[in-house]
Amino acid sequence: MMFGKGQKKDVWTYITIGIFLLYLILLVLPLFTLLKAGFTNPDGTGFSVAYFTKFFGKNYYYDALFNSLKVTISVTLLAVVLATPLAYIMTTVKIKGKVFLQILILISSMAPPFIGAYSWILLLGRNGAITKFISSMFGVKVPDIYGFTGIVIVLTLQLVPLIYMYLMGALKSIDNSIIEAAESMGCTGIKKMVKVIFPLIMPTLLAGALLVFMRALADFGTPMLIGEGYRTVPVLIFNEFISEMGGDDGFAAAISVIVIVFAIAVFLIQKYISNRKSFSMNALHPMEAKKAKGIRNILAHTYIYGFIVAAIAPQLYVIYTAFLKTSGRIFIKGYSLDSFRLAFDRSGDAIKNTFSLAIASIVIVVFLAILIAYVTVRRKNTLTNGLDIVTMIPYIVPGSVMGIALLLTFNKPPLLLSGTALILIVSYVIRRLPYTIRSSAAIVHQISPSIEEASVSLGASNLKTFFRVTFPMMLPGVISGAILSWVTIITELSTTIILYTAKTRTMSVAIYTEVIRGNYGTAAALSTILTLITVSSLLLFFKLTGKKEISI
Amino acid sequence: MSTTIKIKNVLKKYGESVVIPDLSVEIKPSEFFTLLGPSGCGKTTLLRMVAGFNSIEGGDICFNETKINHVTPQNRNIGMVFQNYAIFPHLTVKQNIAFGLQNRKIKIAKDEIEKKVEKMMDVVQIQKFKDRLPENLSGGQQQRIALARAIVIEPSVLLMDEPLSNLDAKLRVDMRNAIRNIQKEVGITTIYVTHDQEEAMAVSDRIAVMNLGSIQHVGTPQNIYHRPANVFVANFIGRTNIIERELNMEGTVGCLHLYQDNSVQITNLADPKNRQSGKVKVSIRPEEFIIVEDGLGIRAKVLNNMFLGLNTHYNVELASGEQVEIIQESTLEKVIEPGTWIGLHIKKDKINLFDSQTEVNLTKGVVNDVW
Repeated sequence: MMFGKGQKKDVWTYITIGIFLLYLILLVLPLFTLLKAGFTNPDGTGFSVAYFTKFFGKNYYYDALFNSLKVTISVTLLAVVLATPLAYIMTTVKIKGKVFLQILILISSMAPPFIGAYSWILLLGRNGAITKFISSMFGVKVPDIYGFTGIVIVLTLQLVPLIYMYLMGALKSIDNSIIEAAESMGCTGIKKMVKVIFPLIMPTLLAGALLVFMRALADFGTPMLIGEGYRTVPVLIFNEFISEMGGDDGFAAAISVIVIVFAIAVFLIQKYISNRKSFSMNALHPMEAKKAKGIRNILAHTYIYGFIVAAIAPQLYVIYTAFLKTSGRIFIKGYSLDSFRLAFDRSGDAIKNTFSLAIASIVIVVFLAILIAYVTVRRKNTLTNGLDIVTMIPYIVPGSVMGIALLLTFNKPPLLLSGTALILIVSYVIRRLPYTIRSSAAIVHQISPSIEEASVSLGASNLKTFFRVTFPMMLPGVISGAILSWVTIITELSTTIILYTAKTRTMSVAIYTEVIRGNYGTAAALSTILTLITVSSLLLFFKLTGKKEISI
Repeated sequence: MSTTIKIKNVLKKYGESVVIPDLSVEIKPSEFFTLLGPSGCGKTTLLRMVAGFNSIEGGDICFNETKINHVTPQNRNIGMVFQNYAIFPHLTVKQNIAFGLQNRKIKIAKDEIEKKVEKMMDVVQIQKFKDRLPENLSGGQQQRIALARAIVIEPSVLLMDEPLSNLDAKLRVDMRNAIRNIQKEVGITTIYVTHDQEEAMAVSDRIAVMNLGSIQHVGTPQNIYHRPANVFVANFIGRTNIIERELNMEGTVGCLHLYQDNSVQITNLADPKNRQSGKVKVSIRPEEFIIVEDGLGIRAKVLNNMFLGLNTHYNVELASGEQVEIIQESTLEKVIEPGTWIGLHIKKDKINLFDSQTEVNLTKGVVNDVW
């Protein structure tokens, strides 16, 4: 609508076309290559569904699908059950140190899940601190943390904050007068929760739950570390692809196709439900936290603090072990910085790589996100609508699948990217862009079009208007969004592990390898460094935005 | 040299829906010209066509003799003031005002820009805020910055889109006087859009009353108030009572039958020769009634009264059934109680008669520049 330029071409048309072409090459082409590879005959000739027959023919394979479903559904249900009271108590009861606790919850959600997995191994694994303590004190053997139980514990603790953040938003939008109206009609306590509050937050809860479902389904690091042979689909894909006896690309592609189909189905269900059930609320006076009395107050505090300890303590223990003396692979009495020394020795390049890759990616992400957000909001037409849809595809494609697709496509000239840093940057940019575009688009929506018109009426060209007016106004919001992208990129594992080479090893890969090799000291030291970067980035985010929450 | 704006047979469509079917008007050099009308009448659409933010689907818009249909907004040399001010929040007051000068085709020297900006800040009285960011300034101050920013580039035309509608009532009056004075001082041809008729009358040289995408009446404030071109304008500008009555032509004089045997001679018909006897619509403004005692003039019963200090308002029901509104200057006597029967005379020179079918004014003295 702006400038009534439906038909006229300007510089933005070319920018849009350029970005679109980039997406065609770097996203659409790889996904088609993946599809083609999945439907190829194992001997490389012509179309065939042989790989799919193979997958559904052996329970070794389709068991992984069931395992994934079992894990995903358990995690989703548990996360909902744990997060709902968490959010409800935080909203309605005065909790001591609330602001600080909220930041802790958010930090725990942004910490890399594989460090969570590793920390539980340190506590409850075969040689875990608690395991050893209990067996030496009581002579009782503690049940095994590895496998299904471990995966579910780690993922649940990781993903509860996600639903929690969604629910806090929804609860904040319920006007207190609705609650008071219910109470004035004699609807109080549990009844009030079930009859009034619960239905109001239901759409948000479903949306949050389905997001958790997708994350749990796509997670690779956790089952790989703590699963010990418990095969979920991402693990299976990885094994088939990187198998030491020569991976089977086609088969991995076929499994990837199955996962994508599955993810699309879940995504569509989510869309359907949230479209049907959503209603908009806007609270003039949000619910107020009241001081609870006696046993209720104690229970509320116990629940909140209990969850936070469970979510944070294992990670703190990892940091503690980083300062322990080691002898070979085992921790011994006394403290030292040897683990850090060793970590810098062995993985200094990984730290450097992490920074340079992430910085390069972030710069590109911010640049593209600003341009894409601008054209999709301000220059609505068929082309930009198409761009909007294409950029959102990576939302539903699991990281390991994306990695395989990229590798299959760019492993031969003229597009030989495999093994380079560029392919990692491409994958980070593509996977992270949807989030940054969303938050940037929200900012563009807040800028009144007449500000740009004012600039144009004062003689500034369209491009000059963008760079002197729109861009500076967008920048603060985009930068705070970029910090979140930065955190997710430096902790990325599922794509990196498929695309990295010795020269492009990152910290998350280094931690993963050290854990697998049993070098717990160096793994802990590296984890500590990564956690510190994450936490300080998040604190910077809070400082910059003045916010106490993150919208995802 | 000030600019004439010629708008000739302009057409605006959004997809298939026609917003402005065929509109023509000419705005004179240095004139303060206002587009006035209810929301959705197309006034802002027309303004944005002049600015270049809306495309033109038919007809021409010319500045002097130059057709500007396909000139981009950057190259039309316009100054625009927006409803929401559209101040750049990341630039200081001074940088906001200098913004346009820095984009001129012919580069202006730095100290020249500095001088112009300083002078303009004096004109709109925002000198003391010059190094502040605009976010903490009041609406009135922001609107002054917007005005200064638009004028400082010495545009051919100044376009204002409801610039005062976000201000509170008191400030609105102050600002409209300021705008009026500044416009007269710099003498830029100005198009001003508003839906507030009082504001329009206060600032304008001429007003175009718009409805449904076409101009109903173009004239001076006095003219459109006293001799509205049609019933819509009569209703939209000020308040009025419309009643239907019989007009009997006797030569060049019309005899308007008001109530039973009470009638008035209408001697100011525009074209009495071609007028047939028959029904007409009579527009009588509330202040054009004179209350007299029962038995004289039109018989009416007071329904309610409202004492407002300067004036007293009455709602009355005529014996023939219509309800009308009357405004009288307040007197020392008691206000007339509801239920009282009264008589009404009218100021027959002031009232307007309209054709009952076409609703066009039949009275002499209508000046309508629409073509």
